[in-house]
Amino acid sequence: MSKFVEKSTVISGIGQSDIGRRLFRDPLELTLDACLAAIADAGLTTKDIDGVATYPGPMSVPPGFSGAGVVDVQDALRLDLGWWSGGIESPGQLGSVINACLAVAAGLANHVLCFRSVWEGSAQGTKGRASTMPGGGGGGSFRASGFMEWTLPFAAPSAAPWIALMAQRHFYEFGTTREQLGQIPINARKNAGLNPKAIYTEPMTMDDYLNVRMVSSPLSLYDCDVPCDGGTAVIVSHVDTIPDLRRPPVHVDAVGTALRGRPSWDQFDDLTTMACRDAAAQLWTRTDLTPSDVQLAEMYDGFSFIALAWLEAMGFCGHGEGGPFVEGGQNIARDGGVIPLNTHGGQLSAGRLHGYGFLHEACTQLWGEGGARQVPGNPEVGVACAGGGPLAGALLLTTHR
Amino acid sequence: MSDTAVPDATAPEVPFRILPALTDLNREFWTAGARGELRFLRCNACGYYNHPPTMICPVCHSKDLAPHSVSGKATLHTYTVNHQPWMPGPELPYVIAIVELPEQAGLRLTTNVVNCPHEDLVIGMPMRVTFEHHSDGDDEIYIPLFEPDPQARAS
Ligand SMILES: [Zn+2]
Repeated sequence: MSKFVEKSTVISGIGQSDIGRRLFRDPLELTLDACLAAIADAGLTTKDIDGVATYPGPMSVPPGFSGAGVVDVQDALRLDLGWWSGGIESPGQLGSVINACLAVAAGLANHVLCFRSVWEGSAQGTKGRASTMPGGGGGGSFRASGFMEWTLPFAAPSAAPWIALMAQRHFYEFGTTREQLGQIPINARKNAGLNPKAIYTEPMTMDDYLNVRMVSSPLSLYDCDVPCDGGTAVIVSHVDTIPDLRRPPVHVDAVGTALRGRPSWDQFDDLTTMACRDAAAQLWTRTDLTPSDVQLAEMYDGFSFIALAWLEAMGFCGHGEGGPFVEGGQNIARDGGVIPLNTHGGQLSAGRLHGYGFLHEACTQLWGEGGARQVPGNPEVGVACAGGGPLAGALLLTTHR
Repeated sequence: MSDTAVPDATAPEVPFRILPALTDLNREFWTAGARGELRFLRCNACGYYNHPPTMICPVCHSKDLAPHSVSGKATLHTYTVNHQPWMPGPELPYVIAIVELPEQAGLRLTTNVVNCPHEDLVIGMPMRVTFEHHSDGDDEIYIPLFEPDPQARAS
């Protein structure tokens, strides 16, 4: 057995609730729909589930950011748990899944139900994202503290300007252009057109992209993901349980969780990249596979530039080479690309399922269940990467061991 | 009110800002602008500027830290022209920037650039601090903003 214990774990099932821009449904119902679908997909029952993991756990602010916590699900499904964990301090949203892998490898559980649910679309209603920002109501006696102390007084409450600052620095150092960056949302929209659950499916041209309103230069509206409602769940199981599963699982070959720079949006040592730099580098120390073995990449695109940073970090191109790499869109195309990217439409077009959507899609593709959007050629190796800024976690997945 | 309080129609309006909660650690940073000074917590043992401020120097773990004034000079490390009305604040569009201070590599601040046409913004350009005064209750807070440094330009 390898010393890298994640290799003793698999993804045995995935599930998703209805996804919509605004569903106005009970968030726990969406969560449970996803959980029950994932359990059934694995060929298991609630009696088999002996672990639960989630990100970020119960949170009332910002509204819609969390649909349920571990104990909500444990009680609703009357689960008997040997291990459980929920929280926001982890290597990105998929850090919760990586925690589950470690718990399974450690023998604390055999089948861990992992979930992430959001209802930001409904919570924001027609008021838009700004309504959920700290102090977004406009004044009163609210004072900024913690990290926000260093951003809110400068009217910078959102990750949009924080990421825009990084993108602008990348443009400056490497000559990256909006026409290059725009290939990421255009590619996402193209793939979303083949995904029946995607939020936005109408084709997007480069003219559409270049002419849409600016949010925080160089990021425009189409560089920002779309808030939505929905739940996603995956089951992490031990390899020894494979005979009990409905179908051959997706194997976890390696994970990356490192955080080496300052955990800050403005004090990080190199603002042309993010924590993904170190998480990705660590992942490649835990496997014999290399970037050239990977056949699909599902990468966090809360903002388009984050996906560009992940492409560079994971070694699909060099640091600073992301612009030329995505130029024209051929290298990241679902059909025939060097590394098909965000084959479901990403958070930019398929909805801000917040990290878990990428793992769900990677497994869908590796199982050959992508339907109209299936990556041709029976892909056997994929990556799911989530998190921006100081958050980053990645999983390298294969159909075999 | 005294007769000196007649509003000056030509004076720029001070925008609404969410102000920082003042603590013993950050008070000098947010109030020293009253004297025209930009001050950071600095380690007396090793000289490291510790920002955002914490009780213990992250380099040498000394607890002997004290506020220390810097030059107020900086270079524009990166910027964004923000068009989105996130919250009440400066008139749209406004510039959010990260500036780096010459006193220590990597010592940066998120800030706003003022007194500069957006088309003149160039990463690497020399900047200098300017303060925006806000009174709130007993607190006199001076928000450090940055503007192009004309002296550096002339040199
Ligand atoms: Zn020190």
